[in-house]
Amino acid sequence: MATAGLPWWRNRRLIPWLVQAGVGLAVLVLVAFLVTNLVRNLTAAGLLLSWSWLDNPAGFDIAETWLPFDAGLPYWRGLLAGLVNTLRVVVLGLVGSTLLGTLAGTASFSGNALLRSLARVYVEVIRNVPLLLQLVFWYFVVFLQLPNGSAAIQIPGLVLAKSGLYLGQPELVNGVWQASMRVSVEFGALLTGLVVYTGAFIAEVVRGGVAAVPAGQWEAARSLGFSPLQTLRSIVLPQALRAIVPGLNSQYISLAKNSSLAVACGYTDLYSVAETTLNQTGRAVEVVLILLGSYLVIDLTISALMNGLNQLVQLKER
Amino acid sequence: MALLRRLAAALPLLASLALVGCASDDGTIQSQKLSAIKARGSLICGVDGKSPGFSFVGPDGSYSGLDVDVCKAVAAALFGDPTKVDFRDLNSSERFAALASGEVDLLSRNTTYTLSRDAAGGNGLSFAPTVFYDGQGVMVPNASGIKTLKDLAGKPICVETGTTTELNLADRMRELNTAYTPLKFQTGDQTYAAYLQGRCVAVTSDRSQLAAKRTSFPDPAAHTVLPDVLSKEPLSPATVNADPAWADAVRWTVYALMQAEEIGITQANVDAKVAEAKASTNLADLRRFLGVEGDFGQQLGLPANFVVQVVKAVGNYGEIFERNVGTGSPLKIERGLNRQWKQGGLIYSPPFR
Repeated sequence: MATAGLPWWRNRRLIPWLVQAGVGLAVLVLVAFLVTNLVRNLTAAGLLLSWSWLDNPAGFDIAETWLPFDAGLPYWRGLLAGLVNTLRVVVLGLVGSTLLGTLAGTASFSGNALLRSLARVYVEVIRNVPLLLQLVFWYFVVFLQLPNGSAAIQIPGLVLAKSGLYLGQPELVNGVWQASMRVSVEFGALLTGLVVYTGAFIAEVVRGGVAAVPAGQWEAARSLGFSPLQTLRSIVLPQALRAIVPGLNSQYISLAKNSSLAVACGYTDLYSVAETTLNQTGRAVEVVLILLGSYLVIDLTISALMNGLNQLVQLKER
Repeated sequence: MALLRRLAAALPLLASLALVGCASDDGTIQSQKLSAIKARGSLICGVDGKSPGFSFVGPDGSYSGLDVDVCKAVAAALFGDPTKVDFRDLNSSERFAALASGEVDLLSRNTTYTLSRDAAGGNGLSFAPTVFYDGQGVMVPNASGIKTLKDLAGKPICVETGTTTELNLADRMRELNTAYTPLKFQTGDQTYAAYLQGRCVAVTSDRSQLAAKRTSFPDPAAHTVLPDVLSKEPLSPATVNADPAWADAVRWTVYALMQAEEIGITQANVDAKVAEAKASTNLADLRRFLGVEGDFGQQLGLPANFVVQVVKAVGNYGEIFERNVGTGSPLKIERGLNRQWKQGGLIYSPPFR
């Protein structure tokens, strides 16, 4: 070796390795300390992790579930029903906020001054008001003010009433609306709140992405006779996607996490079920671990999908 | 590596040894909590804060109510001064975590005494004597025409999450084989707001809570509490299981309120009673109770005359009840089960001896 004559502390290959090993060791010691500490304290408090309670009957009801659930079913079924409720609002929220965000983001490039300023006002107002307040607003001020019965707001194929939102062919039977599909106003308020809030952030991401496309692209398209809408759809947006997708990823993840504010408007999501479970069982550590794990898995899944999409839209060097 | 591992294992032990409570100098009782509170100079008490008659913040920022008076009684027992309390508002889902983490010393927040909350394998609380025997009820608007639980079939019912109420409702409705929609909210404010907005045709909680909340409705007379009683709800103050000496101090402070009522000691006559006890050595029971003789206070880690301090500060149990929730208050709740045992109620203090 060329470094044979050097003392070890001047060995350029050994030193980085030693530093890494040292840091690694320090991390290991810290983790070991935290784990032993946790186990010791939990043992002292008689709270060693146990999961058998998951099989006990839950004893509480959930208002609105896709998975059938009643109070006689075990806790894990309740948590699962809560998870499905969370996923339902997250998936619909992702679709809705993407549509709204793309609309608002592209509207800020519109030649129409009214449309442009509407988009700006929407983004600025929504981005700067806390989401929790917005959810309370949508629920108590908007959705709970809906009239009931025949006074309900009727749009062909959709009825908005305080007793719920009815889709399909709603009809009034004995003063009560009935339809093939019904969602609660709680769900409606949460979904609206999340879509409107996340949509404002996505609008900014889209605006940034579109602005990143060189002005020459617009001009070239125009000289070729493309209309502004055609330019946007066929030339600018495909190129803007490269800048949009990474930013979109973090907005999607935020939406999934923000869905845990559901309890503010009475919707029973995973967090709400977990909180009830925690109160009934006193298994705080286990329930929090389940919560952490669930949201982690949801967010990592979104991330993985978005990273795949990101690779698809990147420039391919050949 | 072995050395490191041993070090890692030893560190928490060292830390704990450093933190474990020391025996008090005079060798009387050992309680981390009691010494911590005394060193701090004030009691931290977890209350609801939004429940008229039980714990409510007035326009001037001062707390009042039955639960609040229990906190004040404990502060008076410790310091001879009922104002040495810091109140923390807790919602029903926060309360046990706040107590377990030591954020509050005492939880006096209309909490139902249940097995799973008491058990070491459950929430691990230690309950003081019940200060209010309650039962769960259902409130509906008069206009709804609902008379019994059966009428609630298929209807949405508002309930606060993290309460025994939520479970009792599920149990009773299952027994009646009646489907319903539970709408759960995290705070009482949200629950009652949704009810008043007409999202639910009924709201369920402890009957005393319903009576209390109704007083703050725009039109209290338009709402009725159904006669059905869904459950037993003994509302009790609570401390953590891990500190029995502190739990005993709280327990006997509450008993002192009840005993004082039983033997007719009131805020007004407590000084006269002390004089009477000091004058006559024949009144042994009274002398021990008021700390003129004996060492009851010391046994609990409290001042010898803690009973006198408590009654002087907040009165006896009956006075507290009447002042906050009784027929003279806006809540107008009858004593009912909360009468003294000699009047056929459940308020019963074990002997002070």
